[in-house]
Amino acid sequence: MKPPAFAYHDPGTVDEACRLMSTLDNARALAGGQSMMPMLNMRFVLPDHVVDLGRIASLAAIEEGQEALRIGAMVRQRDLEHSPVVARRCPLLVDAIQWVGHRQTRNRGTIGGSLCQLDPAAELPAVCAALDATLTVQSARGTRSMPFAEFPAGYMTPSLEPDELLTAIELPDWPQGHGHGFVEFARRHGDYAIVLAAALLAVDAGGRITRVSVTLGGIGPAPVRVRAVEQALVGQVAAAGLFREAAEACRGLEAMEDVHAPASYRQQLAVVMARRALDAALASLAPSRGTAH
Amino acid sequence: MDTTLSRTISLKVNGSAVQATVDVRHTLADFLRHQLELTGTHLGCEHGVCGACTVLVDGRSARGCLMLAVQAHGREVTTVEGLAGADGRLHPLQQAFKDHHGLQCGFCTPGMLTTLSELLADNPDPSEAQVRVAISGNLCRCTGYQSIVDATLAAAKSMRASGAAR
Repeated sequence: MKPPAFAYHDPGTVDEACRLMSTLDNARALAGGQSMMPMLNMRFVLPDHVVDLGRIASLAAIEEGQEALRIGAMVRQRDLEHSPVVARRCPLLVDAIQWVGHRQTRNRGTIGGSLCQLDPAAELPAVCAALDATLTVQSARGTRSMPFAEFPAGYMTPSLEPDELLTAIELPDWPQGHGHGFVEFARRHGDYAIVLAAALLAVDAGGRITRVSVTLGGIGPAPVRVRAVEQALVGQVAAAGLFREAAEACRGLEAMEDVHAPASYRQQLAVVMARRALDAALASLAPSRGTAH
Repeated sequence: MDTTLSRTISLKVNGSAVQATVDVRHTLADFLRHQLELTGTHLGCEHGVCGACTVLVDGRSARGCLMLAVQAHGREVTTVEGLAGADGRLHPLQQAFKDHHGLQCGFCTPGMLTTLSELLADNPDPSEAQVRVAISGNLCRCTGYQSIVDATLAAAKSMRASGAAR
């Protein structure tokens, strides 16, 4: 198994990459290569040109904005895993990264590559859905931004034009000390999940839930925010029994069926994973909320 | 030469400077095996699942089948051949694998050793669970995991004792 013949380009700037993507026929962008290289090796993709984004330093930066973290599309998963800034501003992302592939693939794999691959059970798209991330997309025609919710266009298909590149991901802050939980069920560590869940939780001084986010992955083509659960929880006092009851709403979600599991199995897992993610979020709430940790 | 189809790359492999002209479509693993004749790096699945082709790139484990050779330009690559000392003395991990029956057929061994050498460089005192997670991306078809984990914990201990983390 060898990749097919292609011409290789390794531009040093985003502008140059965009120019190549807009002028070359049948070009594919190469990020960390942990999904693209298998597809090349197996010749599932047959590009005439490969545009490697690995030399573009501006895409590999983590920047601290006023109200959001701005992560370059080429930031390696390993760097997210070990970044003190990410741990402080976006602990859910650190929780999730532990589940992404293996040590060797995280060393090369990027956040942008994972989002564009858009596997239904991938962890990083679920994190973006949970946090209402904003994506920046560039092409020779200009720059646009879109909410993550508009990014999935279908099964493993991002809503990007062939000449467009995902360049940055903005993850809005949650209040200091908020709760965060990420759980998944897979046959083996490092596999894509059968079902995964992410939860975020903010409570007031009395323990009442002021804001909550519940996301499931692996049940449909794209991550699903479970609004019914979120709405049932806001205003209630956070507690395990409450989560058990609220998570039942996940059973009614439409779920996909494949070689790994039937729909009913995923619906059952969705209930369990949502509850466990909320439990983990509650357990992680800083004891003195509102103070730096 | 059309530099979009083949390129001359310069890199360090196991401490030695290497310059070579590579087809841009060739993977790092194929380059190491076929052009440099470093056949210690094994190729199993060639799509990033089995971990046999794991090498270190600038000290970080990477699947040699999921990287193009051209992407190694300017990098330092360490293969299983580079783990032992110049005097031929085995790396403590290699010695421990030998002592604890950490290999049977040996096919997965190069990937296990490179991956675990990165783990022990990062974490000189891993728990058994951490060792198991570290090799979650390395398949041993002899299923000799228990001996591999035992060997790794023994190697970590001997490396801590000798202060010879490398």
